[in-house]
This record gives sequence, C-alpha cells and structure tokens, in this order.
Amino acid sequence: MEKNFLEVDKLQTAFQTDKGEVISVEEVSFQLRPGETIGIVGESGCGKSVTSLSLMRLLGHSGVIKKGSITFNGRDLTKATEAEMRSIRGNEISMIFQEPMTSLNPVFTVGNQMLELINLHMKLPAKEARAYAVEMLTKVGIPRASEIIDEYPHKLSGGMRQRVMIAMALSCKPKLLIADEPTTALDVTIQAQILELMKKLRDESNTAIMIISHDLGVIAEMADKVIVMYAGQVVEEADVFTLFDDPKHPYTKGLMDSIPHLEHDSDQRLFSIPGTVPTIHNMPKGCRFHTRCQYATEKCAHEKPPLLPIQPESDHRVRCWLQQDDPHRAPIQPRTEVIA
Amino acid sequence: MSLIKSDERTPLLEVQNLKKYFPIKKGIISRTVGQVKAVDGLNLTIYEGETISLVGESGCGKSTTGRAIVQLDPQTEGKVIFKGKELSTLSSMELRKIRTDLQIIFQDPYSSLNPRKRIGDLLAEPLLAHKLTDKSEVSRKVDDILEIVGLSKFHKSRYPHEFSGGQRQRIGIARALILQPKLIVCDEPVSALDVSIQAQVLNLLKDLQKEFQLTYLFIAHGLGVVKYISDRIAVMYLGKIVELAKTEDIFKNPRHPYTQALLHAYPIPNPHLRSRERIVMEGDVPSPANPPKGCSFHARCPLAQDICRSQAPALQGDEHTVACHFPLG
Repeated sequence: MEKNFLEVDKLQTAFQTDKGEVISVEEVSFQLRPGETIGIVGESGCGKSVTSLSLMRLLGHSGVIKKGSITFNGRDLTKATEAEMRSIRGNEISMIFQEPMTSLNPVFTVGNQMLELINLHMKLPAKEARAYAVEMLTKVGIPRASEIIDEYPHKLSGGMRQRVMIAMALSCKPKLLIADEPTTALDVTIQAQILELMKKLRDESNTAIMIISHDLGVIAEMADKVIVMYAGQVVEEADVFTLFDDPKHPYTKGLMDSIPHLEHDSDQRLFSIPGTVPTIHNMPKGCRFHTRCQYATEKCAHEKPPLLPIQPESDHRVRCWLQQDDPHRAPIQPRTEVIA
Repeated sequence: MSLIKSDERTPLLEVQNLKKYFPIKKGIISRTVGQVKAVDGLNLTIYEGETISLVGESGCGKSTTGRAIVQLDPQTEGKVIFKGKELSTLSSMELRKIRTDLQIIFQDPYSSLNPRKRIGDLLAEPLLAHKLTDKSEVSRKVDDILEIVGLSKFHKSRYPHEFSGGQRQRIGIARALILQPKLIVCDEPVSALDVSIQAQVLNLLKDLQKEFQLTYLFIAHGLGVVKYISDRIAVMYLGKIVELAKTEDIFKNPRHPYTQALLHAYPIPNPHLRSRERIVMEGDVPSPANPPKGCSFHARCPLAQDICRSQAPALQGDEHTVACHFPLG
C-alpha cells in the first residue's frame, strides 16, 4: 500500500466580514494516497468548496487558515510562502471549477491559456509546448485539437470547455486534482462523458482526485472514500461502500432518502429533511444538525458531539451523540415538519 | 395514474405542430441571416389531472415550449388550444382572462421575485391584476395561500431576500396557485435547490395537485425528479419529441436510443452498480441553428443507418410513441 502524500489535519478556515469573523470550515481532516479519490458531499454553504480552496490557498484577502496543517509531500502548505504556493498551484495540485463558462478567459485563445501554464511550470521550447498542448487536448477527447487550440472559449460548448479545463489541469501531471462540482453545470450525457474521462485519466496517471459534489450519484460513481459535510463540519466519513450501505448520521441518511431514485416506485413519498441549513451567523448550539434532526435529544441541543469512529480502529467516523451513547435511551418527541 | 383510457379523458390543452424560430441577426441593419429552430413541429395533448413531463438536455426546446404554451413567447407557427380556445387568436383582454387558468412557475427562485416588493404585495398582485377578488378579501386569500404552501402569514411583510431558496420557490408556487389555475407549467422548479429542499418542494407540488386537481406540465432535466412526479414523459431532442410514453414504460422499456442513453448517463447513487454495463453517448447536441438532415439524433446514435441520415422519422405508436427508424425492444 502506498503512503499518504496528503494529510489534512484539523483544518479550520475563517473569513473576516463586516459582522465579524465567521468560521466557514470548522474542522476537516483526511488523508489521501496516490491514485485515490475522495468525495466531499454536502449542501450549498456547508464548506466543501472552502475546504478545497484552503488546500490551494485561494482564499482571497479576507480568508485565513486559522488552525490545523496540510501536509503535502512532507511539507506543510499552511506555512508555505506565496512564491512556493505559486509553484505548487497548477503544477502539483491543480483544480477544475464548476463553471466552465466563466473559468476560461474569454479574450485569450484556448492555446494561449494552456501555454501560459505549460511555459510557467514546464519550460518547454515554444514548438514543443504547443505540440504538447495539442496532445493534451487530444487526450481529453477534443476533436480537431490542432484547430481548436486557436479558438476562443465562446466557440466551444460547455462540455468542450470543461474538457479544456481538464486538459489544462492535467498538463503538468499533478499529484492531486481538485474537481469542484466539475459536472454540475453540464447535461447528464455530457456529465457521463466527463466522469468517464476523469476515471480513465486517473487510472492512467495515478493522479489522486478530490471531487466535490452535492450529487450523491456522482460521488457513488467516482469516489473511494467519502466525507459528508454539514454546516462547516464533517459529520460522517467512511469508504464509499460502507457509507452508502450503512449510513450512520441522521443527516447522511436523510440526504440519501431524499434523492428520487430511478428504481424506486414513484408512488412513494420522498423523505425530506425539514427546515434549512442554518446560516453561518446563526449556528445552533450543540450539534449543528439538531434543529432538523428527528432523533435529537436534550444532549444534542447543548453539547457538541465529537467525530469518533463507530468502533475502535474503524475508518467509519460519525459526529453524532446517538452513535456514541446508549442506543436504548428514548429520544425526545420527533418534531413535526418545520417550514423550509 | 387514472384508470380511464386516454381517449376517454378530456384533453385540457392541445399543442399542434408547434414551431418557434428565433431569428439570427447580423450586421448594422440587423439582417436576418438564419433561424434557430428551438421548437420544430411539436404535438402534445395534456389531459386533465395528469402530470406530463418534458425532459431533454439544455437547448432541446423544453423551456421554449413551456413559454409558448402560456404565450409568454408566442409561437412562430402551430396552435396551442386550451379549453377549446386557440390562444394565438385571442385578444390581449381575452388572453388575460384565460391566464387565470394557465400559470407558470419559473426555474430560478432568486430572480423571479421582485426584490423591492413585500411577499404580501407580490402575492396580492395576481389577484388585483385580474380583479378577481374584493379588495377586502385579498388579505385573507394571501394568508390562506401562504398557509397552503407551508409558510405563515407573518411572512407577509418580509422581502424576498429574507427567504431561502426553498422558501422562495414556495412563494413562486403560491403566486401561481392563488388564481386557482387549471394548468401550471413548472419550468425546472427544483433545479436550483439543494437535494433536501428539492424533496420538500416536490412533495408539496404532489400534495397540491391532489388537493386542487391541478394539471402539471413539468419541465426538467433530472430523470429522478421526473420519475417521481410524472404520469407521462415526453423526451425531447433538438426541438422535437422523440419518445412519449407512460412513466414506467419510459424507464422499463425505453424505445428510442436517445432515451436509453439518457437513462444510462444518469449517475446512480449506489457504488455497487458503478461498473454496470452502459452506453456513454459521444458528442454534443448539434446546434439548433443548423440541425442535421434526416433524424436529428443520427450523428450520436450507435444504431444509425443510411436511412437515418436522409429521412426524418415520424412519431409512431398509440400509447407509447417513438420517432425512430429502428426502435429498441
């Protein structure tokens, strides 16, 4: 078994705002081996994108990593200088974003944008660099790559643009590819193509992938292990099979039950989690999910649950009092549906 | 699903050979140099009390169809007949009257509510515009409708920005519902919402349908959502319906290769099924400004033959119609 090359330990990221400091990601830890895929799921605002931006340190002026460490190939990225980060970004860790429409610069050709990166990190002679860019475009399945390289992004469809993004992200053979909702803006048939492509490239190059999505279907297709986030915290983590077969946290269960399955009977009523995700300025005390949880007890409302393995030495970790306390204790009355 | 056969049910809305072309203009004097055929010859009958869904990828003309049906963007050609009246022949006064029965819910709950108006005023607006209710009654009706969609009357004096996405979509639904319409066109009402909120809104739409005997034309791209809500499904590709059947038939026995490809492409939230056999369709949707000759799907179809490249197939069949020269199953 290969060693972990990335270890994120108790990462905490905060943003300075007019209303004071807000903690966007409270505590995230995970490890990654070469060629492994980790999925991060959660609803909007749960901190999954901020986690990935923290790895790249693309937090802008107002964001800071307050606590924790990111050990990448033996180096702590939280202590790296800006110049060191520049040599890592796009080179050893690269990223593809959600919106292929807005993440390419509209006033430069595809080739221009690819060559910028190749020149910066690989320092190839001009002709070779161009040939390499064409090779990368062909690899991600772009037809007529030697012509497309001179086109502007607006000439390409959404799926093609996302392929260009992937070609750019992979051209320096990164160790880690962060894909932040890579297929959310695309149609299902194009989504299937992009996911297949990512799988193929992962298997060829042994690149580790961190895929962020709100779609459990995408996660089930891609990931080896999964982190479920809710309101800035990891609420459950496990390998993908365990998580889907035996989810322990009420939020994970609720999320799974609320997706309309293709194989289920349509007469069934969908399960829905009552209420909405709490806002960052107004986090509930105790367990952050207790206001929406049908099993919540008095303890959940007052004490913060820690993230603990369900059994000693297990990789399946849950942040829930119900898993850690006496399971026979009677829960308080399940609440009726709160207004969304 | 009602047990009455489809020919005995009364059609509420009929769409006949609907076409909607958008001109492509170029140059200083804006000459028309071409046309985007967003919807190109669409026939559809919607019966009372059912939910029929339009699915397809972006650019296939599903939203354009929805907007043409409520006459927000009237069609270029063809007829929309609602309750026996052809909508394009009506005067604007008559159309306004009939719109009380024909409402639409929009996709984006963030941009479809006027940010400067309070919720109470937003909801009262349709009632006042159509002069349906006494002014004294308006307030009570607004209270009622808020309750029905799961909000409370205390929300009346708030502005849209104070609500979450799911709540805003409930307001959008309330706005459509307050006129007690017969048919509601739901244009991707849950696409912008999170999974857990999506389930709340879908359940609400289903409950309202039962309570008020509503008919829905549901436009979506997510197959899971469509399966949950519809009685019948029409699959669209490049401005045309390529397959139309009962929900179970579409999912159990898809006959058009495109429908099958859509089903195969849908990511299943079960990691044990990830190595299942499936067809990943290649290529993109062709441009509707320059659709391919013959069957519009032939360039991406694994089964395409010579005839597919030259002749467009017609929709065939009674209950389960499909437009393909070589239908599956």
